[in-house]
Amino acid sequence: MTSYSYTEYAMTLAPELSGATPGIYPVVIVGAGPIGLSAAIDLALHGVPSVVLDENNVVSVGSRAICWAKRSLEIFDRLGVAQRMLDKGVIWKVGRVYHRDREIHAFDLLPEEGHRFPAFVNLQQYYVEQYLIERCWEFPDLIDLRFLNQVTAVLPKPGAVTVRVDTPDGDYTCSAHYVLACDGARSTVRSLLGLGMLGETFEDRFLIADIEMTADFPSERRFWFEPSFHPGQSALLHKQPENIYRIDLQLGANADPERETMPEAVVPRIEKVVQGRPFALDWVSVYSFQCRRLERFLHGRVLFVGDSAHVVSPFGARGGNGGIHDVDNLCWKLAAVLQGSAGPALLESYNDERIHGADENILQSARTTRFMSPHAGAERLFRDETLALARDLPFARGLMNPGRLSTPCSLAGFPLQTPAETAVPARMAPGQPCLDAPVTGADGRPGWLLAHLGGTFRLLAVNQPAPSLPGLPVVTVGAGSDGAGSALGDPAAWVEQRYGDGLFLIRPDQHVAAHWPAHGPPASPAIVAAAWRRALGFMASKAAALVETWEYV
Amino acid sequence: MTAQCTEPAAEQALVTDDRLGSEADTVYAALVAAHEGLSAHDGQRLNVRLVLLLANHIGSAAVIHEALVLARTGLEGEQRR
Ligand SMILES: Cc1cc2nc3c(=O)[nH]c(=O)nc-3n(C[C@H](O)[C@H](O)[C@H](O)COP(=O)(O)OP(=O)(O)OC[C@H]3O[C@@H](n4cnc5c(N)ncnc54)[C@H](O)[C@@H]3O)c2cc1C
Repeated sequence: MTSYSYTEYAMTLAPELSGATPGIYPVVIVGAGPIGLSAAIDLALHGVPSVVLDENNVVSVGSRAICWAKRSLEIFDRLGVAQRMLDKGVIWKVGRVYHRDREIHAFDLLPEEGHRFPAFVNLQQYYVEQYLIERCWEFPDLIDLRFLNQVTAVLPKPGAVTVRVDTPDGDYTCSAHYVLACDGARSTVRSLLGLGMLGETFEDRFLIADIEMTADFPSERRFWFEPSFHPGQSALLHKQPENIYRIDLQLGANADPERETMPEAVVPRIEKVVQGRPFALDWVSVYSFQCRRLERFLHGRVLFVGDSAHVVSPFGARGGNGGIHDVDNLCWKLAAVLQGSAGPALLESYNDERIHGADENILQSARTTRFMSPHAGAERLFRDETLALARDLPFARGLMNPGRLSTPCSLAGFPLQTPAETAVPARMAPGQPCLDAPVTGADGRPGWLLAHLGGTFRLLAVNQPAPSLPGLPVVTVGAGSDGAGSALGDPAAWVEQRYGDGLFLIRPDQHVAAHWPAHGPPASPAIVAAAWRRALGFMASKAAALVETWEYV
Repeated sequence: MTAQCTEPAAEQALVTDDRLGSEADTVYAALVAAHEGLSAHDGQRLNVRLVLLLANHIGSAAVIHEALVLARTGLEGEQRR
């Protein structure tokens, strides 16, 4: 068992079991993993109440996600837990790749300054879930967290979905306008609706171990192809807080998972990795991996989010991070629909945009896994010769695939974004997530740009005045404010350098919805209003057509 | 970090006209000679290394894709996974 001390969270009697009839809830969330908990917080920040049901009463058992990427940290910051993660976690940005025992490549995942969050923080999933639960408790009127509440049936009906819930105190049913299935890779909701996953399953097994050890290993990701301590296979080493290290060892397709998790098998393998240093096993498991997703993430009023919608192998840290991107994309849309500022068509854009994101994560993760476990024949030859060439030739190091780590995807080309009429820098094109930058507040205090964006739609004006639209808050950076003195300062010109002078419509999830550069035609209030309406899904006719079939999933 | 081609090559289409001219025989002989004394397996390894080196030299995914399609033409094989 891990050195983390698990709290068994108390179960409170569901109101349904004490005779109350709460009516139809706006949202029921099935699953209090990182994704369900984040969704509850994001919805609460939008003022939307939710009931969260989890069959368990402890945070994630054992070694699962550890690597949280910069974009997820930015989202976690909006949700209010990133500072705790930063304070506790191990910060890193450099990855090293070894072939046999020689370092042949190193990469820096955040080579530039001027970002609040690092490329990665390593922190065990159980801490992240603990922080999220404690954050949920700060919304007692909006988040009803119910542990030991297992969902056993889902009945989609016109206008609402009814779920059946088993608890130690008895069963009950409740209904919600929307159900978020955040119940993980083995999703009950998914099987109850009879939905299958499309994609690839990999045969190779991997030993994943967390060990406690005092060592001066650097805060870096280290990856080996065919190291002498684990011949012919690959190995990955990560540092975590509290002297915990994560070791992933490839075992091949024929490994016997039961035998491989026994200390007699595990300990000698780890001893070779850590070269005689004393260590204690914290957690061991043997996994095989899949890269698959649901064909659609939206099934009427049931929305799939996180691992229930898509699973990947972990070598790009794209599972949990990808799920956090789902939450970021979905919750403002669901809030807008529930609060009547957008039609249900907006939810269809969640399906499109996040399937795009999931496909990118699946593609990258599957390629890495294939590179680690090539099929016999030509694929194995290409893999081995790439490694052989990479020892001496720089070009082959780019072909080598030791993991392509999680980055957010661009949403360019999807209907919510207004394409730019004038050429704009690729990093800030419509669809891109906003880049952070240091700013000074109106009071002269240092801060970060992203803290001023997100949550609601905003108009960002960099070194130029902004048109005023009712209900659309303006964030002005640098020169060009109307003298009201509310502009953010850009002391080192990072904003100017990253964004360029111009006007940007920023979505609540901090993605650029529209970009009008200062050198292009000026954006009138009517033009901005049209882009805003579009970003709320009012132009998506394809989506509108689909909505009509919703009630009959 | 992805293995994307960063600098697009001058030519974005595969050249199938003769570019070797008077050196054709020499190049052909060199390709064959490079395999002399190698086992069939090492010969395959050599070919793979050569493909990787030349693919990088070409530096264009589009051109490489075109060449792959052409090279596979007529080779039926089993159903692709
Ligand atoms: C070895 C390993 C390493 C990983 N490393 C990383 C990493 O470094 N970075 C990263 O981003 N991701 C990583 N991942 C992936 C990450 O762990 C998952 O993507 C993440 O846990 C998904 O969160 P989730 O909330 O969707 O699902 P889960 O975490 O699986 O949570 C699902 C929740 O639903 C509850 N539940 C299930 N069924 C029911 C039901 N019927 N009724 C009520 N509740 C139910 C469960 O109790 C659980 O709490 C890794 C995974 C593994 C296995």
